[in-house]
Amino acid sequence: MPKILMKGAEAIGEAAIRAGCLSYFGYPITPQSEVGEYMSRRLPEVGGVFVQAESEVAASQMIYGASGAGVRVMTTTSSPGFSLMAEAMSYIAASELPAVVVNIVRGGPGLGGILPSQGDYFQAVKGGGHGDYRCLVLAPATVQEFVECVMKAFPLAEKYLNPVLLIGDGMIAQMMEPVDFDAVKTEPQRDVEAWATTGCKDRPRNVVECLWLDPKLCEDFNFELIEKYKKMAAEDCYFEEYELDDQPEMVVVAYGTTSRIVRTAIEELRKDGYKLGMLRPITLFPFPFDRLRALSETAHVKAFSVIEMSQGQMIEDVRWAIRDKFPVGFFCRMGGIVPSPEEVIDFLKQEFVTRGLKGAKS
Amino acid sequence: MKTIFERPQSMTKAETHYCPGCTHGVAHRMVAEIIDELGIREKTVGIAPVGCSVLIYRYMDTDMQSAAHGRAPAVATGVKRVRPELCVYTYQGDGDLASIGMGEIVHAANRGEKITVVFINNAVYGMTGGQMAPTTMPGQKTTTSPKGRDVAQSGMPIRMAELLSTLRTPSYVVRSSLHTPHHIIQSKQALRRAFQYQLAGTCFSFVELLSICPTNWGITPVQSNKWLEETMLPYYPLGIFKTPEDK
Ligand SMILES: Cc1ncc(C[n+]2csc(CCOP(=O)(O)OP(=O)(O)O)c2C)c(N)n1
Ligand code: SF4
Repeated sequence: MPKILMKGAEAIGEAAIRAGCLSYFGYPITPQSEVGEYMSRRLPEVGGVFVQAESEVAASQMIYGASGAGVRVMTTTSSPGFSLMAEAMSYIAASELPAVVVNIVRGGPGLGGILPSQGDYFQAVKGGGHGDYRCLVLAPATVQEFVECVMKAFPLAEKYLNPVLLIGDGMIAQMMEPVDFDAVKTEPQRDVEAWATTGCKDRPRNVVECLWLDPKLCEDFNFELIEKYKKMAAEDCYFEEYELDDQPEMVVVAYGTTSRIVRTAIEELRKDGYKLGMLRPITLFPFPFDRLRALSETAHVKAFSVIEMSQGQMIEDVRWAIRDKFPVGFFCRMGGIVPSPEEVIDFLKQEFVTRGLKGAKS
Repeated sequence: MKTIFERPQSMTKAETHYCPGCTHGVAHRMVAEIIDELGIREKTVGIAPVGCSVLIYRYMDTDMQSAAHGRAPAVATGVKRVRPELCVYTYQGDGDLASIGMGEIVHAANRGEKITVVFINNAVYGMTGGQMAPTTMPGQKTTTSPKGRDVAQSGMPIRMAELLSTLRTPSYVVRSSLHTPHHIIQSKQALRRAFQYQLAGTCFSFVELLSICPTNWGITPVQSNKWLEETMLPYYPLGIFKTPEDK
C-alpha cells in the first residue's frame, strides 16, 4: 500500500485497528482527543466497540474488564488522565493482563499545558501506580514509528501478559506525516482460553484477580514479576544508534520528539567536525542499560549528554547505566517548550569545551 | 432418598469467610441459584467488589473478575461490551457502590449497560471495621461517627434506588430486603427478573438488598434484623422504583 498522509493521533487509532484491536474506551483530553474521535467513527465500520467513558478512571477500568475478557483493547490519554489511570494500571499489571495504553504527555505538573513534554518519564517507567510493577514502555519518535509500535504493542502485551505503555507528545499526535501501515505485519492474538473470562463452557472457570491474603504468595508473585522484567530486558529492549560507529567522543541520549531535534543538532555539529552520536532508547522500560554501559567502556567515548523535555528524569537511568563514569551533561526545556536545534547545538558545543574534548579541532 | 437442599451448582465448595449471621452468604446463594435456574453458568461473568465480599470470586463457580474499589460497573462495562453474549453482573457493597464508586454506577446505569448490579446496603463499611458509609442512618454510631451520624456534617443517607430511578434511560430498579424469609423470597424474585432483563437485552438492572452486619453494628443477628426493620425500612422503602416500560 502507498504511504498516506495522516495526523499522528488518527494514525494511532488506525494502527490499533489494523493490529486487530476492535475495542477502545477513552475520555477526551487534549492533545489526543482525535484518537477517540477517530475510533468513534472507524470502529463501528469494522464491527468494533467504542465507548466514551465518564472519566479516565472508568476508561482504564473498562480496559481492565475488556482485557480480562480476552480481547485486544486500547485506551489513550494525556498526562492528567494518565494519573487517573494509575489505579487500573497497577491492577492490570497485577492481574497479568495484556492491555495497550497510550499517554500523549503534555506540560505539567498539575493541569499544566497542552504542549509537548516528557515530564511523565518517571511515572511511565518507574511504575506510576501503587506497588512494584512495570509497564513495557515504548517511546516512538515519528508518526510512522508510532504506528509500528502500536502494532507491535499488542503481541508484546500478550507475550508478557503485561500492560504496554506508549508515550509520545502533542508534536507527534498533532503532526501530519506519511505513514505505511503495511510496514509491520500484524501478529494474530495468542490463545486466551487459559485465563480469559469468556464463560466457563467445557473448561474450569477462569478468575481474573490480584489479591493475595498470604504474604508468601504475594512475595512469590513479586519474584515472578522480577523474572518477567528480566526477560523483557533480554528479549525486547529496543534502541536506535545514530552516528555511533565512527568512534565518537560524545554520546547524546534522547528519546521521542527530543531525539529529532538532537538528530538535527548532531548532523550540523558533525559538519563542523565534532565527533558525536546519539543513542535513542525506543523502549524506556526495559532501558538500554547494557548498551550505554558498553559505550562508556570504549576507549573513544569521553562524555555523555542527556537532552530532555523534563527536569532530569531519564538522566538518572543514564547515570546508573554508566555508573557515573563521566559527569553527564544535561540540557532541558520544559512546560511545553521544545528545544530548538540552535540551543541544543550551543549546549553541546559548550559541553565539548567543558569536558575538554577535542571537538571541532579534531 | 430425596434431596431437598444442596449447594447450587454455580457455587464452589469453598467455605465462606463471612461472620455468623451475615447476609452476604444469603445473597451469594440466591445469585448462584438464579444462575443455575436460568442455566447460564457457562456464560456468566461476575465482577467482585472491594469490601467484605471481595472474595466472592472464590465462592462462585463461574468465570469471575475483580475490580478496584468502586469500579465494578466500569469493569463490567468492559466485559459486556466486548462480549455481549455473556451475562455480566456486579456484586457491590454500599461503600464500594455509593461512595467511591458513585460515578461508575451512575454512568453505567445512564448508558443503559446491559448488566445486572446486586447492591448490598448494610449501612456501614464492613471490611475496614465499621466506618460510616454514605448509607449509614442518621444518629447511627460507627467507628468514624462515634456520636452517631451527624446529618449537618455528613448529610442524609443516600438512597441509591431512588437516585438511579431518576435517570431517564430505561432500567429496572428495585429495593428489597434480606431480614426475613418472606423478604428473601421477594428478593430472589427481584434478582431473577433483573437477570432476565439482561438476558433479553432489555436494560440495565439494579437490585438493592437491605442487609445486616451484626459484627460492626455490635448486636446479634436477630437484633440486627429487628434494627433493620425498625430503623432502615422506614427510610429505605421497598419496592420497584423503575421498570423499562416506565416512561
Ligand atoms: C481505593 C481504596 N480505598 C479504600 C480501600 C479500603 N476499603 C476496603 S473495603 C472498604 C469499604 C467496604 O465497605 P462496603 O462497600 O460497604 O462493603 P462491606 O464490607 O460492608 O460488604 C474500604 C474503604 C480500598 N481497598 N481501596
Ligand atoms: S463484617 Fe459485616 S458485612 Fe463483613 S462479613 Fe462480617 S457481618 Fe458480614
